[in-house]
Amino acid sequence: MTTTVERPTESQRRFKVIGTRPIRHDGLGKVTGADRYGADVQLPGMLHAKMLRSPHAHARIKKIDTSKAEALPGVKAVVTSRDLPIIDDKPIDLAETLGNPRVLAENALASSKVLYKGHAIAAVAATSPHIAEEAAELIEVEYEVLQPVLDVREAMKKDAPLIHEKLTTHEVQRRFTRGDDTGVISNVASHLQFKQGDVADGFSRADVVVEREFTTVPVHQGYIEPQASTAQWAPDGHLTIWTSSQGSFGIRDQTAAILGIPQSMVKVVPMEIGGGFGGKIGTYLDPVAALLSKKAGLPVKIVMTRKEVFEGTGPTSGSYMRCKIGARRDGTITAAEFYLAYGAGAFPGSPVGAGAMYGLAPYKIDNVLIDAYDVVLNNPKVAAYRAPGTPQAAFAVESTLDELAEKLGIEPMEFRLTNAVREGDRQVNGIPFGSVGCVEVEEAIKNHPHYRTPLNGANRGRGVAMGFWGNGGMQSSATINVNTDGTISLITGSVDIGGTRVAVAMQAAEVLGLAAEDVVPTVGDTNAVGWTGITGGSRTAFSTGIAAITAAEQIKRTMAERAALKWETQPEDIEFEDGVFVSKMNREDRLTFKEIAASMMATGGPITASASSNPRQVGVSFAATLVDVEVDRETGKVQILRATAFQDVGMAVHPSYVEGQMQGGTVQGIGWALNEEYFFTDDGTMANSSFLDYRMPTSLDLPAIDTEIIEVPNPGHPFGVRGVGEVSIVAPMAAVANAIHDAVGIRMTSLPMSPGEVLKALDEQQRAGK
Amino acid sequence: MAEKGSRAKALAGGTDVLVQLRAKRYLIDRLVDIKKIPEMNELTCTEQAGLVLGAAVPCCLIYENQDVSRLYPGLIDSAFLIGGIQIQGRASIGGNLCNAAPSADAIPTLIALEATCNIVGPKGKRTIAVEDFCTGPGQNVLKDGELLVSIHLPPPKRNSGAHYLRFIPRNEMDIAVAGVGASVVLSNGKIESARLALASVAPTPVFATKAAATLVGKEANEEAVLEAAEEAKKAAKPISDMRGTIEQRIHLVGVLTKRALNKAIARAKGAE
Repeated sequence: MTTTVERPTESQRRFKVIGTRPIRHDGLGKVTGADRYGADVQLPGMLHAKMLRSPHAHARIKKIDTSKAEALPGVKAVVTSRDLPIIDDKPIDLAETLGNPRVLAENALASSKVLYKGHAIAAVAATSPHIAEEAAELIEVEYEVLQPVLDVREAMKKDAPLIHEKLTTHEVQRRFTRGDDTGVISNVASHLQFKQGDVADGFSRADVVVEREFTTVPVHQGYIEPQASTAQWAPDGHLTIWTSSQGSFGIRDQTAAILGIPQSMVKVVPMEIGGGFGGKIGTYLDPVAALLSKKAGLPVKIVMTRKEVFEGTGPTSGSYMRCKIGARRDGTITAAEFYLAYGAGAFPGSPVGAGAMYGLAPYKIDNVLIDAYDVVLNNPKVAAYRAPGTPQAAFAVESTLDELAEKLGIEPMEFRLTNAVREGDRQVNGIPFGSVGCVEVEEAIKNHPHYRTPLNGANRGRGVAMGFWGNGGMQSSATINVNTDGTISLITGSVDIGGTRVAVAMQAAEVLGLAAEDVVPTVGDTNAVGWTGITGGSRTAFSTGIAAITAAEQIKRTMAERAALKWETQPEDIEFEDGVFVSKMNREDRLTFKEIAASMMATGGPITASASSNPRQVGVSFAATLVDVEVDRETGKVQILRATAFQDVGMAVHPSYVEGQMQGGTVQGIGWALNEEYFFTDDGTMANSSFLDYRMPTSLDLPAIDTEIIEVPNPGHPFGVRGVGEVSIVAPMAAVANAIHDAVGIRMTSLPMSPGEVLKALDEQQRAGK
Repeated sequence: MAEKGSRAKALAGGTDVLVQLRAKRYLIDRLVDIKKIPEMNELTCTEQAGLVLGAAVPCCLIYENQDVSRLYPGLIDSAFLIGGIQIQGRASIGGNLCNAAPSADAIPTLIALEATCNIVGPKGKRTIAVEDFCTGPGQNVLKDGELLVSIHLPPPKRNSGAHYLRFIPRNEMDIAVAGVGASVVLSNGKIESARLALASVAPTPVFATKAAATLVGKEANEEAVLEAAEEAKKAAKPISDMRGTIEQRIHLVGVLTKRALNKAIARAKGAE
């Protein structure tokens, strides 16, 4: 797949299955189109629903009249927020973000105010999507239009219009806690501070200090499959939901909480998913489809359009940041100050905490002061997006560092290595790092042919940047059932994203001495398997992997017990080598996995095991992007000539899918760097709500992304696995910015670095006579 | 079509009209499929008579035609730019013209190549120059019941060359922030005549006659090209929107005019 696989990886030397590249179990369905996704659900009598969405970015809802819609022939049900029960504020654990059912409900169907253009207000179920669409337009809503607040710095001003009349600022000491209520009403939902050492003293000892301001705008995850949900509320009160989401249990728990019904009454059936990247964790459609189904007495399907996806689902935060870093002549960083204000969209909950925690993570800095603000705006409520909150912060930090290295006259990679974090160094919250691969990633860059090959040609430049992500752990469950022919079925609750079925199956196969093909992995519904967190936070191969390994170990123990019975010995006296159980007492007593499976009905009955994971030592990830660009000085257009993604993956279970994640994150990062943006008009309308004008890179905009896998094993996983899905998106923006500087001498401090913006910066450079 | 007047639309490749209908840009009662009408599928290309291009001929048939590719490389530039490969199997140059988008990639080329439109309607046939066809964004001169049947390109003159290029932030699948079509006829190293047309910088494609006029009689060199580029910028009256600002678009017209003219001149001199 890439040039880097010629050298055997660490995993290939130690394992039989881990580190190989078997064909994924679900491959055929993916390439033939036989697999079923959210919108493919068809049920007898199924109705189609459409949402009515707000045309205003900020308005009070004075009246909703649905009578005309209800009277339209073919319409079977109409729902608004009045159909939702009143619920309390109460957090639901959703891995990277905390869900609050009250907020989720308010976001799914607005009650007293609409908070962004595209905010859902009502939904109609009808016998065809066209009737539903027509009926939705017949719903009359009376608005009192209010002034929208679209920029974080504007929103933080004392006289800014309030988005939530009762929102008060919380002082937060620790991420994922609510902190202390200051009682101050404003658009600032929270202020989080990290402080280590003495920054004033640190800066006083610096020879060079660089301070820069940075801004970024919201960007969308851009998954190819729009949200789609089908709900069937049976007469006995059992609700079944078929949905495109990153986590069936998350959708179940949110829906049950929003609707005020027991979790036992909700079954969520996961469909194959056409991408999520964090955007399909929170629920949008599921409770609405459920309410419509309850009212209509028939199954109801809702499928979003791309415009609805852009306007009604979470992008990630835009931001305003100020980064100040000082260093001595010898290249030692003495202090850093970092101010971050992230737009949360309509409800509190931006990922600014992660930006604050992780932006400076690659560097050992004794004196640090970080202030992070979560600010509500009249934009769609932000959702997680691949390493949420960290790419923005890394753009600021890594750009500032590059400039600092330039001013110090130190080669940027040397500068980074001088200050690289190692095991035991403290993070900004004071907690020391465990095993980390920061230095290994940086050494790998220096030794890579891309880095060592000179870049020639006018207006061409090379840039590098580091990235860090903490990765998620959370809980997963897995069940293994042994078949009499010695194959196994593996049921997990993890929706397959990026090849997690095969990656988890390979870990079970490794334990049991089986081939990956001997394992049939199934993604179960919420009644078929134990509770499992979302596929997100780079946690699935890691945490669901641990659940599968634990279940496989139980299977192995049961099989040893069966063999022990036969050999009249103790299970402890039996070894498992290369798929064969061997008695240590008499080495001629041998039974293969297949033989024990074949005789299991006679030796005690079916062999099955269920296990769950609750890992503590989550392996964190360092990564880097090295990129070459060429800038057209006349048009401002930046062409990516070459890009290499470096990443410490712990242990690459299936290297092809690890490389796929590294390439995918890099591509999304390049898109974020160059052209992707929510382009809002002054009234808060997203002017570019289509893939034509929301410019994600196409294959014609990118070179093949080279990958360099670095394996510093994670002690918290039996095979050393670290999460791999997210960190690759963190570094590209700063790497591209640094490459642009290397090419034409300008420092881009705003994203996207679109041709118009680059042209403006080049003009300023020319006027300044640089 | 005449019966339904403005509530009727012609459908050829459908790459604009179907998208616009779905986006509810307009409501209509009748969509008339015209792509089986023989005259609208004509593709005749000779050095003597020029090119007759039926309005429904898809882009892929244009660039796969060797005579067209040889005689009108400027037109091929546009045919290649409209949509991706799949879209080019359906989208037509005639449709691009009738859609009358300010950003249309074919129209500046057609203007530069002196194309004319053959129109048929209830009152008979008429012919107009392409530069007179568009009247506003999405608006054209076709009256109720009228159809664009074909486009005629006169035979290429000796020592002539044309080129169209646009600026887009991506490398493909995008709408022109600005575009420039240029054609030149050379005579003994001097520019005998030239035509320039601009995309995405006004409510309709702009026929930049003043800018082209600065070239006539001059040596085909850098200086002449730069003068024309400066003049072309004056013909641009763009707006600022999500695709680009006024300043950026005017600037780009200068850059693109220079680049289009250089390539057109090179082609006139025999370059590929």
